[in-house]
Amino acid sequence: MEYTILILLLPFVSFLFLGLAGMKLRPVVAGAIGTAVLAVVAVLSYTTAWEYFSAGRDAAGVFPTLIPWNTVWLPISGDLHIDLGILLDPISVMMLVVISTVSLMVHIYSFGYMKGERGFQRYYAFLSLFTMSMMGLVVATNIFQMYLFWELVGVSSYLLIGFYYTKPEAIAASKKAFIVTRFADLGFLIGILVYGYYAGTFTFTPAAATLAAAGVMIPLALGLMFIGGAGKSAMFPLHIWLPDAMEGPTPVSALIHAATMVVAGVYLVARMFPLFIGYAPEVLHWTAYIGAFTALYAAVVACVQSDIKRVLAFSTISQIGFMIVALGVCTSNDPHTGGLGYMASMFHLFTHAMFKALLFLGAGAIIHAVHSNEMSTMGGLRKYMPLTHITFLIACLAIAGIWPFSGFFSKDEILAACFSFSPVMGWVMTAIAGLRAFYMLRLYYGSFWGRENRELHAEHTPHEAPFTMTVPLLILAAVTCVAGFIPFGQFVSSDGLAYTIHIDGSVATLSLCVAVAAIALATWMYAREKQPVADRLAERFSGLHRAAYHRFYIDEVYQFITHRVIFACISTPIAWFDRHVVDGFLNLLASATNGAAYLIREMQSGSVQRYCIWFLGGALGLTILILIIC
Amino acid sequence: MDYTTIFPLMRAELTLTALLVLVFLYDLIAGRRGHHWFSAVTCGLLVVQVLVNLLPGAEGELFGGMFRTTAMSGVVKSILTIGALIVCLQADQWLQREDTHHKQGEFYILTLSTLLGMYFMIDAGHFLMFFIGLELASVPMACLVAFDKYKHHSAEAGAKYILCALFSSGLMLFGVSFLYGTTGTLYFDDMPARLSGSPLEILSMVFFFSGLGFKISLVPFHLWTADAYQGAPTTVTSYLSVVSKAAAAFALFTTLVKVFSPMVEQWQTLLWVVTVLSITVANLFALRQQDLKRFMAFSSISQAGYIMLAVIGGSALGMTSLVFYVLVYMAANLAVFGVLSTVEQHTGGRVSLEDYNGFYRTNPKLAVMMMLALFSLAGIPPFAGFFSKFFVFTAAFQSGFYLLVFIALLNTVISLYYYLLIVKAMFITPSDTPIATFRTDSYTRLSLALCMAGVLLLGLVSAVYDGINAFSFGL
Repeated sequence: MEYTILILLLPFVSFLFLGLAGMKLRPVVAGAIGTAVLAVVAVLSYTTAWEYFSAGRDAAGVFPTLIPWNTVWLPISGDLHIDLGILLDPISVMMLVVISTVSLMVHIYSFGYMKGERGFQRYYAFLSLFTMSMMGLVVATNIFQMYLFWELVGVSSYLLIGFYYTKPEAIAASKKAFIVTRFADLGFLIGILVYGYYAGTFTFTPAAATLAAAGVMIPLALGLMFIGGAGKSAMFPLHIWLPDAMEGPTPVSALIHAATMVVAGVYLVARMFPLFIGYAPEVLHWTAYIGAFTALYAAVVACVQSDIKRVLAFSTISQIGFMIVALGVCTSNDPHTGGLGYMASMFHLFTHAMFKALLFLGAGAIIHAVHSNEMSTMGGLRKYMPLTHITFLIACLAIAGIWPFSGFFSKDEILAACFSFSPVMGWVMTAIAGLRAFYMLRLYYGSFWGRENRELHAEHTPHEAPFTMTVPLLILAAVTCVAGFIPFGQFVSSDGLAYTIHIDGSVATLSLCVAVAAIALATWMYAREKQPVADRLAERFSGLHRAAYHRFYIDEVYQFITHRVIFACISTPIAWFDRHVVDGFLNLLASATNGAAYLIREMQSGSVQRYCIWFLGGALGLTILILIIC
Repeated sequence: MDYTTIFPLMRAELTLTALLVLVFLYDLIAGRRGHHWFSAVTCGLLVVQVLVNLLPGAEGELFGGMFRTTAMSGVVKSILTIGALIVCLQADQWLQREDTHHKQGEFYILTLSTLLGMYFMIDAGHFLMFFIGLELASVPMACLVAFDKYKHHSAEAGAKYILCALFSSGLMLFGVSFLYGTTGTLYFDDMPARLSGSPLEILSMVFFFSGLGFKISLVPFHLWTADAYQGAPTTVTSYLSVVSKAAAAFALFTTLVKVFSPMVEQWQTLLWVVTVLSITVANLFALRQQDLKRFMAFSSISQAGYIMLAVIGGSALGMTSLVFYVLVYMAANLAVFGVLSTVEQHTGGRVSLEDYNGFYRTNPKLAVMMMLALFSLAGIPPFAGFFSKFFVFTAAFQSGFYLLVFIALLNTVISLYYYLLIVKAMFITPSDTPIATFRTDSYTRLSLALCMAGVLLLGLVSAVYDGINAFSFGL
């Protein structure tokens, strides 16, 4: 399967080509090249998945881990070296499929959405770069390679969020995203170095003896790595960049901030899962608590946001919290006794990528129609955009967890895992799932039913999106409808053995009931033109409403910490030191140099006799000097 | 005498002598049309010479130890020849001028003679042999410096050069005679066992050193440099600043390591002082130069100081970094001089810093190449100059010269400043009378392409460094 290297190389070549020569091409040609390359990559990914899973399990009953391509890139010492390569195992192959599918959909969709934008070619170049980085991240053979591509993902996401670089908000958002994730990555890097030092390798499978000898350092390293994962996956309190990142083009939000980059943290934990389970179960459980809190926080905030993409952003944060919780509640390697969460998390990652991409692309279609992100400009759009309406509804139902859409199945597995960990966790997560169904349906009614902004729509009639945009919507909707029936446990499970998914009756009933109740509530509150209940509630709990609308002032806290504490107490003194002491020294050096240069100019007089005197005098002087010193 | 041993060991010298004769004959028989191709012919022959040098050859000695060759000297000779080749490429434009056209044969013959002298200097195993090589490299060089003899500057520079060269040779010979007096031998091999480190020997070592210090233009033996560089034709200046210097630096390394090994402490002190002086004083002078050729003279003196960082440890690592440094320095310096020379030819002698204001607007390609070369000279990554500086610093650091490395590092900051002055002039400072746009000839372009390849690739392709490292030896 050496051809898998092409999955990385092709988008990279496409990036270089479009980046260097793109501006000379017509936009359509550049887009077509990018999309064609991605189609090839998608086909290669599907072929890889097909070949990998059809090759079957080995004697022990697990899918073997293959490394079809590897090279030692940076030898450090003996056993410790940094490799670049491709690692195929069930989760990396699954991720290849997810990334290439969503990326391809986004490529096609962008034809319509980004039509006529300035920098269309640059946009496709960045998309290629991002896809390459994300693919490199998931197929990394070692943690260091993962880190390299991790940073590349950060860079390309920075470039894409700041795509509208003439808009100050976009610039601010891209900087925020980059700085926050870089800050988190500091933890990741330290974690990697600690890990490399104590495990004696950067690979994912260190020798058990060295791990046992490392003692507390391995949990420490894993915890630090999780900080990096929390940054990319927008876990509380490092989530602040994701809502702002919605300033980027909407297809980018679909690709990066829904389906791929933000799940990098989940993928990281899944990748290190054997180590977490074996050596740091407490750290793993802590991630579960963080994930659960994040999910709750984001769900509450999502209930009151008015910007359609912001709602989706907080819903994403909440969903990723679910995946982290699912991993965190694992207590063993065996899916039958406490290891179910691993499979559930990966399953949810898979289904969520599809329906969240669908939601974002649908939101893009709406924004394309009304030229605004605010829900007040929408309402009643079902008449104007039937296809978008239907696909959006499917996605909303999937995320709410209604049978037979894919979200139901993966959510059910997660809740089952949570209940088996502790009933409290199970109930909390069920409640969050209810909230989720509520705010998603609120979003749905707010845009397609509810109060219609007739003035605006009379002035400018919303229209259905062009087919380049609706086709990806339909494809993703179809996937969302059937993905739940994939026997996911046959491919991915915590111990690698085949696991047959069975719906837990009581959990399923409970979650369905909660979801239906939440949907009913949302329908009662938001479906009609007049929404007295919602308005009254907002008035009654105006304090809570305002706090939630302002995301509980977390951004303001950061603002305070960075400006009042870090800038004032640390940066200002350092800047003073730099300006006066460091620069002062260099200025002194410069003026001393100039002065000295002026003083010795007589030496170069132009007279040969003088030169000979210097020559002889120098030689004799040096001799005397040596005689004195030595 | 067994000729079968002479040929493989002396093949570089013998081939070069044959080339000299060929060039001489070509000069005689080729008519006016033939002169048009002179540069191409010489360069073709030099390519042959490089290939001959690069053939894996035997190591050994001849004539009772008068002549000895090592694999490393083969590498160095190849590097020198490549340098001479690039210089010859750059010379063509100048030599097609009305007043130089008829004597271009002289230029090539003189250049090849000096090259032959350097070969012998590098491969000498005896002080007299060494001295003959040195003189063979110096005397024709004076003719080259005075090549534009009807121009006042060139003639003056030639006179200064030959006077200083004579003085330094005299002093060196003086030192060598003392050495003979105290040890009773002039063979490199026999010398170390008989050296005692007496004051007289120290004096003679310093005198010997001053002779080479003159060629490398180390402070305080450097005073001729600025005048000669400024007055000499630019092509000759570039030859002087690179090839001649590289040969002398390598010869210095081998003689210090081989012959003066019992006096390590003394010559390390000597080098320490000279290095600090060279780097610092040259930087101080370079800051105030307005004439770019003079500026490059001081730049080359300070670069010579950096080369001494590689020598001072006397280690095998030092030798590798020396040869690597010389190679990288050659690429960057010849690129700068290539641009200077072609601009000078096209503008009727504009070489001052002010003339380069706004150069980027009129000749962007040349300006960018010049900038890259200057970056390399200043040691900015990822250009080759960064790596070569890094290696010489490592070599000195490993040998324990921490303070020296620190001073050198401080000086790189100063050097960065004055190299960037040129970049600033080219790219930022506007000008009312910028250098007009012109097309360079294909020889110059080829030479610049070679130099750019060196600037960009030498540092990144680790095979070069490893290849040099395979042959090096130290104390």
